[in-house]
Amino acid sequence: MDKFLGFASGLLFGLGLILAGMADPMKVKGFLDLAGSWDPSLALVMAGGIAVGVVAFAVAKRRPLAWSGSPMEIPNNRTIDARLVGGGLLFGTGWGIGGFCPGPALVALGSGMGAAAVFVAAMLAGMLLHDRWLAKR
Amino acid sequence: MNWTDFTPVASLAGGLLIGLATALYLLGSGRVAGIAGVLASPLRAVVGGTSLRPDASRLLFMLGLLLAPWAWRLFAPLPLAQVDVGIPALLLAGLLVGVGVRMGNGCTSGHGICGLSRFSLRSLVNVLAFMTAGFVAVFVLRHLL
Repeated sequence: MDKFLGFASGLLFGLGLILAGMADPMKVKGFLDLAGSWDPSLALVMAGGIAVGVVAFAVAKRRPLAWSGSPMEIPNNRTIDARLVGGGLLFGTGWGIGGFCPGPALVALGSGMGAAAVFVAAMLAGMLLHDRWLAKR
Repeated sequence: MNWTDFTPVASLAGGLLIGLATALYLLGSGRVAGIAGVLASPLRAVVGGTSLRPDASRLLFMLGLLLAPWAWRLFAPLPLAQVDVGIPALLLAGLLVGVGVRMGNGCTSGHGICGLSRFSLRSLVNVLAFMTAGFVAVFVLRHLL
């Protein structure tokens, strides 16, 4: 059940990214280019996602278990520290340079886009680099 | 404002679909659909040589993302997707994103969609950091360099 739900959610998520325009790095950069010819479309992606998300999390908070019987794992970390901000700044810089964030990069990789393969390989290396040498021990 | 490329209906509809996918994963499996976490957890297992069994649903989520363009192609041609930087910049971008999402423990989906949906101040701080950095990076690349 969890496996099927994982696959279905990923597929739906990916289709949403494609429809929204997020799978095109140029569209993402158009949104980030405030000083150029700014394309506000991606603000609506956030708005749409959050509109549904708010309801989903409100329901989930009252339930101890998911439909599959798995425990409801809602994050409860409230720490605000330099790593949270620094991580956001590094991520945002990379996002602005390439126009890819993790989800759309996987979708673009699936479509056979060579640039996405290069990006994803480097991203996985970056994750390992962090977990091996930069993580708080 | 760029009105010619503005796609309000498609982007809002896409956002709603992303929200539905997030809701399905959360209410169905009890998991937060943060792509950085979906990727990082099985990656740790592979590198650490531990069992991938606990990550089965994450791996299938990933597979769903990878197959989404193929599902799309069954019904319509894929929209154009392009990059405007070369391989060295893509490698740098990937490294920064990989390190950054692990250090900040989330990305556009985990902190952006999920975190803001549950009114997490921690996520809001991260989102403001990555949005600011994204705006600055594009400004520097397109208007200063």
